[in-house]
Order: sequence, then C-alpha cells, then structure tokens
Amino acid sequence: MSKKKLTFSLNYRKPRSQYKDSDELMICIRYYHKCNDTDKTKIIKKSTGVKCMLKDWNTDWHKTNDRAPIKSTDPNAKKKNKILKEKVKSFDIDELYSSVKNDSFSPYLNSNIPFGDLDKKWTNHKNTINLVSPANKRNIDIIVVGTGLAGGSAAATLAELGYNVKAFCFQDSPRRAHSIAAQGGINAAKNYQGDGDSVYRLFYDTVKGGDYRSREENVYRLAEVSANIIDQCVAQGVPFARDYGGLLDNRSFGGVLVSRTFYAKGQTGQQLLLGAYSAMNRQIARGKIKMYNRHEMLDIVKVDGKARGIITRNLVNGEIERHSAHAVVLASGGYGNVFYLSTNAMGSNVTAAWKAHKRGAYFANPCFTQIHPTCIPVSGDHQSKLTLMSESLRNDGRIWVPKKSEDAKDVRSGKLKPTKILEEDRDYFLERRYPAFGNLVPRDVASRAAKERCDAGFGVNKTGEAVYLDFASAIIRYGKEQALVNGEDENNNELVQKLGKEIIKKKYGNLFQMYEKIVDQNPYETPMMIYPAVHYTMGGIWVDYNLMTTVPGLYAIGEANFSDHGANRLGASALMQGLADGYFVLPYTIGDYLSKEISTGPIPNDTEEFIKAEKEAKEKINVFMNNKGSKRVDYFHKKLGKIMWNKCGMARNKKDLESAIKEISALRKDFWKNVKVPGSQDEFNEELAKAGRVADFLELGELFAKDALEREESCGGHFREEYQTNEGEATRKKEFQFVSAWEYVGEPKNAILHKEQLKYKNIEVKERSYK
Amino acid sequence: MRLTLKIWRQKNSETKGKIETYNIDDISPDMSFLEMLDVLNAKLINEDQEPVSFDHDCREGICGSCSLFINGRAHGPDRRITTCQLHMRKFKDGDTIYIEPFRAKAFPVIKDLVVDRSAFDRIQHAGGYISINTSGNTQDANATPVNKEDADAAFDAATCIGCGACVATCKNSSAMLFVGAKVSQYSLLPQGQTEASRRVVNMVNQMDLEGFGNCSNTGACEVECPKGISLDNIARMNRELVKASFK
Repeated sequence: MSKKKLTFSLNYRKPRSQYKDSDELMICIRYYHKCNDTDKTKIIKKSTGVKCMLKDWNTDWHKTNDRAPIKSTDPNAKKKNKILKEKVKSFDIDELYSSVKNDSFSPYLNSNIPFGDLDKKWTNHKNTINLVSPANKRNIDIIVVGTGLAGGSAAATLAELGYNVKAFCFQDSPRRAHSIAAQGGINAAKNYQGDGDSVYRLFYDTVKGGDYRSREENVYRLAEVSANIIDQCVAQGVPFARDYGGLLDNRSFGGVLVSRTFYAKGQTGQQLLLGAYSAMNRQIARGKIKMYNRHEMLDIVKVDGKARGIITRNLVNGEIERHSAHAVVLASGGYGNVFYLSTNAMGSNVTAAWKAHKRGAYFANPCFTQIHPTCIPVSGDHQSKLTLMSESLRNDGRIWVPKKSEDAKDVRSGKLKPTKILEEDRDYFLERRYPAFGNLVPRDVASRAAKERCDAGFGVNKTGEAVYLDFASAIIRYGKEQALVNGEDENNNELVQKLGKEIIKKKYGNLFQMYEKIVDQNPYETPMMIYPAVHYTMGGIWVDYNLMTTVPGLYAIGEANFSDHGANRLGASALMQGLADGYFVLPYTIGDYLSKEISTGPIPNDTEEFIKAEKEAKEKINVFMNNKGSKRVDYFHKKLGKIMWNKCGMARNKKDLESAIKEISALRKDFWKNVKVPGSQDEFNEELAKAGRVADFLELGELFAKDALEREESCGGHFREEYQTNEGEATRKKEFQFVSAWEYVGEPKNAILHKEQLKYKNIEVKERSYK
Repeated sequence: MRLTLKIWRQKNSETKGKIETYNIDDISPDMSFLEMLDVLNAKLINEDQEPVSFDHDCREGICGSCSLFINGRAHGPDRRITTCQLHMRKFKDGDTIYIEPFRAKAFPVIKDLVVDRSAFDRIQHAGGYISINTSGNTQDANATPVNKEDADAAFDAATCIGCGACVATCKNSSAMLFVGAKVSQYSLLPQGQTEASRRVVNMVNQMDLEGFGNCSNTGACEVECPKGISLDNIARMNRELVKASFK
C-alpha cells in the first residue's frame, strides 16, 4: 500500500570536513512517506534536541538490527537512543498517509504546530523557541500597524521587552481604534462562578461555535492564556463590573452554557482598549514606542523576501513616507466594510491586509463573515453605518415576531402596537426552535432564524426587516426579585415595573440610551427592533502557530488574521483574541524569528525596494487625482456593498455568487475609469483616503465571492442555500474541513487555492446542535 | 427638511478661515447629523467644490472622533450624546445651523472642522497609566476585592472618550474634566495608589504646558460631556494634587 522510510541524520551547518571528531551536532529525524497508489512522497522533519558527538555517530545505523544511531562509545547512548525512538513514535503515520493520498493539501502551508500533547504545546513551545537577549532587543525595530486591542497591546508589550516599536494608526489617536466600540465583554476561563468552566471547555465551545473550521492548537492556546488577560487588565486599572463582595462579576454569552464573560457595562471594549492605550502611553513616554497618528499604511516593503518595512501616507499633509524595521506586525482589523453598511467604524478598511496579500501573504477564508443578530435596523438610503446592540442584551431580552401574518402587517403599517399583541400570539422563534440555548444561540444561528421569519413575512418595521427584542418579562422578573429584597410588595405591578426598569438600566443603560437616540423610541416601554448586520470577519491573513504570515517577518494578529474563530465567532471572544495575541502570544513568538536578525544591523529605508514601493504608491495616488471622473467614491462603495449583501450575505448560492464575481469585476473597471477624487494630494483629503480603501475592497470582494463559491458546504456564518437540512440548518461537509488560503496572482478571481487540512484530535467533530 | 448651513472653512493651520453658507434640502429627520453632512459633501463633490472635512469614525458615540460645535454648543443641542448620535429630528425645517470646529489654543485647526487634539495624548503620556508590565504574571484578578461603589465610580470616570467637548465648551479652555476623569479612575482603585502623587503632578503639569486654562467651576463641561462625566472628578483631582504637595 505504501512505503515508509525513516532516517536519522546529523545537522551539519558547514561541510563535514570542517568539523572535528569531538564536535557535537543535533540529530534530525526525517520521515519519508510514499503512497504506491499515488507515487507521491511527503517528508516530515523533526529536530530532536538530542546531540551527538561526531565520533559517536554510527553512519551505518540503518544496517544494524537494533536501529541505534548513536554508538555505545557515547556514555549516554542508551538514553539518547531511547529518546529518539520515543520521538519516532510520536509521528502521526495515518495522518501523513492520508495527506499524501489526497494530495490536495498544500505543501506550501506549514502551520508550524509544535509537537506534544495539546495542553503542553504552548508551554513546550515557549520553552524551546529562541530568545533575543535584552542587549540585542535594543537594536531591533518592529513596526506595528493598527492600535486596537491587538496592535496596542502588542506595541506596548514589545516595547516593554526592549524592542524599538513604531506604531501606526489612521485615527487621530491610538485610543480611537474600533476595538473601542466593543460592548458586551471578554471571555476568560477563570471559573469564578464555579459553574464548571475550564480551559478545555472554553476551547471546546470556541471550536464548536466556529463550526469546526478553526485550528485546534491556536484555539487551545487562546483558552489557556485567557485567564491571564483578566489578571493583567485588573492590574492595569481596568474597572470591570464587580458584585457587592468586591469580586468580579460575570455574565453569559451566546453559544455557551457557563458564565465566563467579564464586562464593564456595555463598554468593555472601551475599557480594555484604554488599558492597552495606557500601557502604550507608558512606553511612548519612555521613547520606546514612536507613535504615528493619522498615518495610513499604503504598502508592505519586502527585501530579499522578508518584510522589512511599510510605505505610509501622512493623512494631515499627504506626505508619502518610508519606514523600515526588522519585522512588521499587522493589527489592522477586519474587512466588514466591504459591505458598505456594517457595524465597523467608517474608517475601518482592508488596505493593510490586502496590500500584504498582494505582496505574498495568503488570505484565508475570506467568506467567513459574522452577521450579528442584534443591530439597529436600516432606516433609509442615507444610512452610513449600522449600530450594534450588544449580544449581552440576549441574556435578558426575548426575541419574537407576531405569530399571525395579519398582526405583522398591522404592526408594519403602524395600526397595531407590539405591546398590544397577546402573549399567545407571539412567536418566540429562537426559544421555539432551540429550546436548550433559547435566545442565547450563537450569532450565525440567531441571524439566520431572524432572516427566515422576516423572509416569511413576519418582519415588524416599515421595511419588513426587523424582529423584536423584548425586555418586558425581564423587567418583571428583576422587579419582583428586588421587591422581595427590599421587603416590598411583589404583587404591586407599578412598583415591580419601576424596580425592574432600574435594574435593567443599571445593566444596559448606555445601550438603551443609544437605541433611544437613534430610533426615537423608548425601549423600556416598547420592545426594541433589531435586525442582523455585518459585524466581524473571521477570515483574514493566513498565519502559522507563531502568527507569522506566509511572508517571513510579516505577522498578523487580532481580527486581521484568521486563526481562532473558524466559521463563526462566539460573543466576547474577539476582545479575548486581540489581547491574547498582543499581550501574550506574538511578543514571544516573534523573538524566534528576530533571534536570527540580531546581527542584521539597522534596515536602511533608501534601498531600491523602498524607493520602488514608494513610487508605486505615489503613482496610484496620481491616478486618483488626475482621473477627473464623474462618480464619487461612495457611489462605488455603496454599489459594492449592495452586491455583497444581496449575493454574499446571510444566504448564498452558486448562481448569485457567480454573478457577484462578474459584477464586482465590472464595477472595479468602472471605478478606475470614472472615480472622482476632489482636492489635492498634499493636504488633509478624506476622499482620497477613501478612494484607496475602496479600491482594495473592490478586489477583496471578488476573492470573497470566489471563496464562498468554492466552499460547497454550509458552516457557521457561511450558509449556502444548496447545503441545508430540511429544517433549514447548515450542512457541514467533511471534505471541506480545511482552511482556504488564497495566493495572489493578479486578478482576484484567478487566485490560487492552498488548503490547510484541519485536524481535530482532542475534540469530536459533531453536528453542531443548539436544540 | 430644508436647512441653511453656516460652516467654518479653513484650508489649513497656516491660513485664515471664514464662515461659508450652504443651502441643503431633502434632509430626512431620521438622518444623523453627520449623515446630513455626508449629503452636503456629496452635493459639493458633484458640483466640483471641495467637501467639508470633519473628524468621524465609529458613528456610535464611543470613539470620540467627532467634534463639532453646533449652534454654539459642543456636540449640538441634545444632551449626553456625541455629534454622530445627534439626529436631524432635533432641528426644524428651515433652521439655520452654525457648524464650527472645537476651538481652543491647544487644539489647532488642521482643516475646516478637523482639529488636532494630540495635546490630550501627551497629557496621558505624562502619567495616564499604571506602571506594571504586561507580562500577565500579576496576582489573580480577584485577589484584591474592590468596593462596588468605588469600582462603579472608577468606571464612570473611565468612560471619558477624549473628544474634547469639555475644552471646547469651557470659557477658559480648561482640560480639567478630562484630566480629572483619568486621575479619578486610578485614584479610586487600589491598583492606582502606588504612584498616585507622581501621576497627578505630572499630568497637571503637562496640561498646563499644553496651554489649557484653569477651572473656574462654571460646570459647562459637565453639561456638555457626552458621557456625563461629573464635576466631582475635578474636585477629586484637586484633592489628589493637594495630597501630593504634602508628600
């Protein structure tokens, strides 16, 4: 069936003749696996950490019976040979066999997962990777693009470690990065509530929530370091919510059965970001971080195949600048704004990530987008962005639509008030369909269920695209409880209402205020109206276990990478991932790469590569300024958003996706021909900045649609109408258990697919059920 | 709705600015104020005029980017909101609306309605942090209980979004509400005690260096603050400053 070959060899770094007999060398194990039926060979290499003196090395080891490569002249020969044998055992032959057999899996993607048991991988990896000495760190520069939770925490930690950091953000201050808008909370496996939480459970929930499309080892590490994040943030002065005993409070989020979410009212992201910002400030004051506000990254510069710098535009005076460093970290967030309308900030964009992609970084799973169920519905064509209502509201709010379609019609025309609809005439569709998780099913499931009801004609606002989120029963429940605590009459309805509303206000006050300001309705008196909206992108730049992209020296962290959330992210996990990557993962793993850079010396920024990249960036800006077209940037962005939402949104099918690819491609041509950018390039010019961003969205959108087209299954946020059960649930397919990593070769629709197979050794891949 | 807009236009920090008048119609009361400006800009671009520059980003009242002075009030007529949360239903058909940048010596104009608020960042660099490393090797988060009232008050102070409405509103262009909020957040928590004196002294010094004025207890900042940061924070900062001077 197949042939296997095992070899041990010494790791020579120079010609053998230059070694002395007493020199000690590492031993490398190579495992060759060849399938007869396919004639393909695959090799795994493993460094052992076992050393052997040249004179003790048995070159004829494979001829002897006991297969011992180290001669008995070595005093530790027995022990060392035993270790080698043990190492050989840890090769996963079956896996290798299957990957050789269906050789669809890319030889170019090496996820660099450390060996060993899942729960020891990260510790072992940290123990064995190379470090950079404090004296050498002073001579190494690192560029960090983006100052949200991931970028801010990474910049601060790298600077603390002693590296020279240059941090960039397009906002006027690092504190304004869009992590600031995260509301609900941050997960951590602290088990303070004693409800059975653990690192494994957080890991399990995240992999399951992601519909088995995330990398097991990365997720486990995330769960492992999650508890540290809370310790760290509290020490930093982040004012998390506390109970009367003075200890930290928790709440529950979608897709899980424990309370592990730490929060600061509805402003958790703000508080965590300000924590990271304060850590940055300390380093800026020390001169270890040089902060560049109002700077937009326009390109990555590669020298000898390694990422060595970036080209930026100063958004105040339009100057194009060259910045060099030994490594570049992208923490530029997600690309939800490809939909035009999303809960992302107006400035959030894909440019940094896309430019990295064009310079050789593979882009993974672009079609995995999270449509968040609880956002304020669109009110009209003027809408510039959508506002999220935190998922935490689903802890107490119940989601429903009228049972009778005539009631829904009357509600839409304003003839009937929702509070007048009787309890038995309401359809609490999440509680009906998913009794176990009820209103707290994961986001993708809740969004699709809401869309299903609205498509069936039960929507409740003018446009028919809204469902109710009702707090009436929570108000009564809390009111009664409080009345009892106060020793007052729990049957006094007026009192109960008053007390209940007070509690709701304490929990969600700022969200209710926000809703009222936007919609002009009082959510304490009438149910909120909500509808799903684009919120987060699980896809992103492909990274290995060390968070390095396919470009050496280029790293991607936070929402910008793809690794932890699979096809759907659980609530309160984005903050966790951003901070885990920035505080606790990247600062260690980047050292392994930089340890080889200690004698490189400063990177000059006036080399050919930099000058060429700068010239290209300038030329592109010239094209915009001299185009003298007739249509505004927003015209194209809105049009792209419509295509994306209608054809690559909550439900997708082959026909629509194929037409989306064509339409986007045509729109892109139209854009370059007809876009109009006013003003000049050497001043503050928002239209010019937007034009550059939309140009990149127009390319990404096409790859997005292609990815969605080729993924012929439904999983998590990716729902293909062709692949669903009779009950309308997603049908995941075993043969698509891989990461799609796309290589740029010109037109996005021609991108080359590389597959990283996903293996689940510590978790059983099951039908994801929340019933 | 039809509106007359009187907007401050200024090419850059070197040139002089002036108020220009624009007429606009077809404004829906459901639009946000910034969406109304989007409509104006669309019109200007189509007519080959330069659009009005203004700062904005999250458009949900939390990033602190937007900064307009509308009809003489920071973030416009409504209370407890930022400009991006202001909706046109707060205006009447036919209204004339004056739109100016946040004005203060420490906030130079970059262009039109965009100002440079990096002075706020520099105050934070001077001491707006707790000096611990981000190693994660701190004590367990629950090792030090914090009285709920203190934790809640620290949170209320920490909700400052750094928009600068307090400065723009204050007749002295004082940043004391902004600085007071940060000082209060840390002074109310046990974690912030260790370097409390150094922090308040450094931050107040930097505030003075940046050219912000002093507080004369008018309280306009508290009224205009989109997050409702209380004047108590200024009192607490002053108390901390006095305490520090006796050390």
